Amino acid sequence: MRTVNLREKLLTGVFWLAALAIAAILMVIIGYVVLKGISSVNFEFLFSPPARAGKEGGISTTIISTLYLVLGSLVLAVPIGVASAVYLEEYAHKNSRFAYLVNLTAETLAGIPSIVFGLFGFVFFVIFLGWGWSILSGAMTMAIMILPTITRTSQEAILAVPREYRENSLALGAGKWQTIRKIVLPSALPGIATGIILSIGRAVGETAALLLTAGSSLGMPASVTDPARTMAVHLYILAMEGISMERAFGTAFVIILFIVIINYAAHYGMKRLFPLKK
Amino acid sequence: MKNIIKIKSRGLKVFYGNFQALYDIDMDIESNKVTALIGPSGCGKSTFLRSINRLNELIDGVRIEGQIYIDDKPVYEKDVDVVALRKKVGMVFQKPSAFPMSIYENVAYGPRIHGIKDKRTLDEIVEKSLKAANLWDEVRDRLKSPATGLSGGQQQRLVIARVLAVNPEVILMDEPASALDPVSTARLEELIAELRTDYTIVIVTHNMQQAARVSDYTGFFLNGRLVEYNRTDELFVNPRDKRTEDYITGRFG
Amino acid sequence: MPDYTIVESVKNKFNIVCAWQEKYKDNIPKSNSELWIERVLILSAGIFILAILLITLFIFAKGIPLIAKTGISEFLFNTEWNPLKGKFGIGSMFIGSLAVTFGALLWAVPLGLITAVFMAEVAPVKTRDILGSFIELLAGIPSVVYGFFGLIVVVPFIRENFGGSGMSILAGVFILGIMILPTIINISRDSILAVPKEYKENSLALGATHYQTIRRVIIPAARSGIVTAVVLGMGRAIGETMAVVMVTGNAAIVPDSILSPVRTMTSNIVLEMGYAAGDHQAALFGTGTVLFIFIVVLNLVVDIFAKAGISNENR
Repeated sequence: MRTVNLREKLLTGVFWLAALAIAAILMVIIGYVVLKGISSVNFEFLFSPPARAGKEGGISTTIISTLYLVLGSLVLAVPIGVASAVYLEEYAHKNSRFAYLVNLTAETLAGIPSIVFGLFGFVFFVIFLGWGWSILSGAMTMAIMILPTITRTSQEAILAVPREYRENSLALGAGKWQTIRKIVLPSALPGIATGIILSIGRAVGETAALLLTAGSSLGMPASVTDPARTMAVHLYILAMEGISMERAFGTAFVIILFIVIINYAAHYGMKRLFPLKK
Repeated sequence: MKNIIKIKSRGLKVFYGNFQALYDIDMDIESNKVTALIGPSGCGKSTFLRSINRLNELIDGVRIEGQIYIDDKPVYEKDVDVVALRKKVGMVFQKPSAFPMSIYENVAYGPRIHGIKDKRTLDEIVEKSLKAANLWDEVRDRLKSPATGLSGGQQQRLVIARVLAVNPEVILMDEPASALDPVSTARLEELIAELRTDYTIVIVTHNMQQAARVSDYTGFFLNGRLVEYNRTDELFVNPRDKRTEDYITGRFG
Repeated sequence: MPDYTIVESVKNKFNIVCAWQEKYKDNIPKSNSELWIERVLILSAGIFILAILLITLFIFAKGIPLIAKTGISEFLFNTEWNPLKGKFGIGSMFIGSLAVTFGALLWAVPLGLITAVFMAEVAPVKTRDILGSFIELLAGIPSVVYGFFGLIVVVPFIRENFGGSGMSILAGVFILGIMILPTIINISRDSILAVPKEYKENSLALGATHYQTIRRVIIPAARSGIVTAVVLGMGRAIGETMAVVMVTGNAAIVPDSILSPVRTMTSNIVLEMGYAAGDHQAALFGTGTVLFIFIVVLNLVVDIFAKAGISNENR
């Protein structure tokens, strides 16, 4: 009996150690970026444009470009993503080949690396459609990248709506679409919102695909056909070309701040969707 | 006014895939009466109930033969307006299910769906329906608060108010009290008794005492067949069929 | 037990599957506007298929002619990459991608699995929740930030302690491992949680300890989910770009040690896309084609494992 006890204790130790290691890794990465970055971030850094290729000045244009690209991709991806989820969960038959194909492509799209999306966006939007390196090309590319996330989370949220709601609504004489619009979608909203928030996170951090589709121009974009450099691309160029480590840290800090806020918001959305779980 | 037949079922058969759930149901349901359907689980009574407002069609692979008439008009015809049918035939389900919106919006949902936009008309309908469902006094001060905060019994009465707001003629109830505590159940039964004057009510229940208390007529279903159908006092006191007797005396179940 | 609905009882008694999600899709009479709405929805869903078709078409159209011209095995396995001389062999990058990927799996899979078991079976609720939110955050950190951290912290650390420039396979392995941990942990944890409670109860009732039960009953039962987790983690590692390009030095050579710099297929694309033209650009698309096929095959493998998992459960 003693030996068994000892082994069990040892194993418990290993488990806790693993968990501790994970926590430590996260703490070190975030802690390091925050500690090193927070001193570079001030009002001027956030609200003035970069100067001398980023060696001096702030990151205002990259923040604005990031917002444009995030907004642009959401405007494109959210309606299509949610509509597809509604179709898959509420309309498609269980044995529909079309629905199977859509699910399969959604899964495949979710697994494709961003650099491949970048290649596609480059050859299709930038070259073939002639949109050049631009916010439009970048937003279109990113919209395709975040579509699977939005559809998946929306599907789950729609699936979680109690069937009694639908039955009651139909029994009151509501049509199918009325039921979806007035009962199902509002009930699924927190879950759909979570998916959108997660997509924002992905878009804020995206680098490889945007480098190839939106370009890396540091100017303030004046229209959707202008090229743009997001914060993430800016960080990459600052660090890789050794332009300014201080500003790279500042940019990384701002990105991390965004991500932490977004994660918190997504978590909160989930809690509202499944208040009874756990 | 006596003995008007509201719902007539003729040779109704329902299949789920290869499984036959109902066999040739012939049944006349009287207007402004409460008709209870009793029987063991899976015997077809809920299927029958859901056939009346065509809610059964929502199930994949279902096949329906025979006919149901409401006010002598067939329900299973190509040109029947299902929306109008479901407006006329309201339904209350087993699990109290308030929509995740305010109390007011819950009751106003049906009328809005059917095109009523005028705020004052809606106010009137909401008040009238909640009063008719014996809920008005409990919620009049918090019409705008979320309906999901109501107790199970209150939610079930809210669901009834929501049904009444569409102004139906028939109300189907699928074990409306099975998820409620005894006090709420008693209140619900009172309500059913009151509603009888204005509506034709068909109620599926497991609780034979409940059937005996609230209904005028009772039908006993077994294995997809209507075994016996009679005035409630008759059926419970003098069951004609041996199987009915066994069931109501609790000898199988 | 009261019959919840006829559907439930029919299902239980006669084993006819007609869950609500599968029903209420049919037979509802549709008005004209309802039909139009359905068409719009179908069209939206169709965009997925259109997207994947376009992606395949355009990348293949740019990449495959060059691969064909070079010869498949020449392109894949020749290690000479010299665009100026028209030499397009991605062999060294192929090796580079595999090296960092398997290196990352080597440490991230055990750590991830232990953490998954810990979260599903051992940890107190509070610890589990906190750890869960940590892992969510880990998954949310953008790869460029990981790359930056690697460049600033991991690379100098390796340079000072192990020698070399620090820009190395080892740095890539470390950073990539962290990045695939969330994928491995989340999926294997879910599959462990999906193991029927009865398995565990029966094993414990036979006198097995909790850990024996985990090792002999729970993990084998969650096998297909765990394999899925590893394969998806692998896909993520192979496709990762920014983090790798920032820490591995990117020399297009066949590495001779874990401290040697290396270039992956993804890095190759992002490094040279900015100025490549003609055959050079086509060769980068060829690299993308190889990557794309790799990922799709991995996904198919996952699909097969997922299906195997389902049929296992039905057995």
